[in-house]
Amino acid sequence: MATQQTRSLARFMMAPSVILLFVWMIVPLLFTLWFSFQQYNPLNPIRNGFVGFSNYALFYSNPAFLSSILNTLIIVISVLVITVVGGILLAMLLDQPIWGQGVVRILVISPFFVMPPVAALVWKNMIMHPQYGVFADIARFFGAQPIDWFGQHPLTAIILIVAWQWLPFATLILLTSLQSLDGEQKEAAEMDGAGFLSRFWYLTLPHMSRAITVVILIQTIFLLSIYAEILVTTNGGPGYASTNLPFLVYQKALLEFKIGQASAGGVIAVILANIVAFFAMRAVGKNLDK
Amino acid sequence: MARAVTTQHKTIATAAAWIVALLIFFPILYTIITSFKSEQEAIQGFNLIPSGTFESYSEVQQQSGYFKFFFNSVLLSVGSTILALIVAIPAAWSMAFSPTKRTKDVLMWMLSTKMMPAVAVLFPIYLIFRDSGLLDSRIGLTVMLMLINLPIVVWMLYTYFREIPGEILEAARMDGASLWNEIIYVLTPMAIPGIASTMLLNIILAWNEAFWTIRLTTTNAAPLTAFISSFSSPQGLFWAKLSAASTLAIAPILIMGWFSQKQLVRGLTFGAVK
Repeated sequence: MATQQTRSLARFMMAPSVILLFVWMIVPLLFTLWFSFQQYNPLNPIRNGFVGFSNYALFYSNPAFLSSILNTLIIVISVLVITVVGGILLAMLLDQPIWGQGVVRILVISPFFVMPPVAALVWKNMIMHPQYGVFADIARFFGAQPIDWFGQHPLTAIILIVAWQWLPFATLILLTSLQSLDGEQKEAAEMDGAGFLSRFWYLTLPHMSRAITVVILIQTIFLLSIYAEILVTTNGGPGYASTNLPFLVYQKALLEFKIGQASAGGVIAVILANIVAFFAMRAVGKNLDK
Repeated sequence: MARAVTTQHKTIATAAAWIVALLIFFPILYTIITSFKSEQEAIQGFNLIPSGTFESYSEVQQQSGYFKFFFNSVLLSVGSTILALIVAIPAAWSMAFSPTKRTKDVLMWMLSTKMMPAVAVLFPIYLIFRDSGLLDSRIGLTVMLMLINLPIVVWMLYTYFREIPGEILEAARMDGASLWNEIIYVLTPMAIPGIASTMLLNIILAWNEAFWTIRLTTTNAAPLTAFISSFSSPQGLFWAKLSAASTLAIAPILIMGWFSQKQLVRGLTFGAVK
């Protein structure tokens, strides 16, 4: 039984984590909120002052704003579709009895450990470069015109790179979940004459559903804030073609010093993340109860 | 009766799995291969057999002082991880062994801090760092990385600690063990594997963190993420060098990652998938 003494000891042991995280979350966020209602430009301090909602209006009327939100969503949804569908297929393949499974797993999981700037630069220069990249070599081999990925399809190129980074994560988690599927159940279904598709649909997929939810939620958190991949490949361009919300906020804040607008964008990013977080918390929270 | 696996089935599955795996691994493999080419060779079209020169590696070190960045990466990732463990172990311990009604709420709230987008606080953090002289300092960035990963560390430790049977602690208490003895002789030996896994995953995450490490550093405290990003400005086609730098940047973490697959699943899903 927890006595008064152990309870206060527990509180004391939790205090550092809780206080640190609280300060780290609340202080900068209040700053951002405050700045979002201010005209603030470190290069032009005379005009600084309270401006109400005009930063939000400015950010909203900026043509880059809507396209950046759209780009953010396109990146998140495309990568999710590629990684979840690809991850399910790959996990089912790796779940088969194969020779050298350990090595295959290591090869498949590797991209996840590659730091984002390296992943982006390797793809940009060695794979997708319109002249010297491997894709260009392949295109020329078949007598086709190499594609200028970052000039013409910047968003697609970024989606490909990010999907490459996250496919291993999805695969690994779905495979782990798949391996906990009871073999006897599978056999029973087979004995009852269930075909491959109906086994997949009625047995495998429901079994993986929680893992799929977790994959979607965790990836969404990270995908909403893709940054380094854009910085080192397209720098948001051409124009705003590959600028997502985090990248736009970064441009406003540290390149144009429009702190008010950047902060308004930041607040919008928080709201967007909170919508996702709401669902994420419920899903993870359910797990704690068991 | 166990399902008979035909050799034919296994052969096809093996072939398919290896092809897909090699395709996924290809960009990394090609980077490693290119790092052993000369700059000339690197842009001469598709070629899987390098001449085997090490010149790119020595040039990367000579021109840019690669090891300074490497050293910073090690310092930041290991330092922030140890710092996070020091703060998180007591918290996770108390939540796992003396849970209250609010424990779950506290855990969920900690997780929610992880979901705050970094850009939302970019400028305030930048200001705070600038005004307190922490910009481009190793200490500032270590604390930053510690805070970013603290929720994951607490969560992972919590899921591991929760699996330690509480009866053992009670038995020790009955036998008259003091709290200190309880921690040293009973808890620590059982907790070490969990702590080690947490440490491993957290080092990987900190090593690869590529927002704050790029934005809050310039030269002094810059780790490999910032160093590699500096290659993005067009400065000619130095692909062999880029490959060498990239290989060096990912090799240590790649190898650590291979050993931590299982913990990775558990850590990144907050214990939801094991």
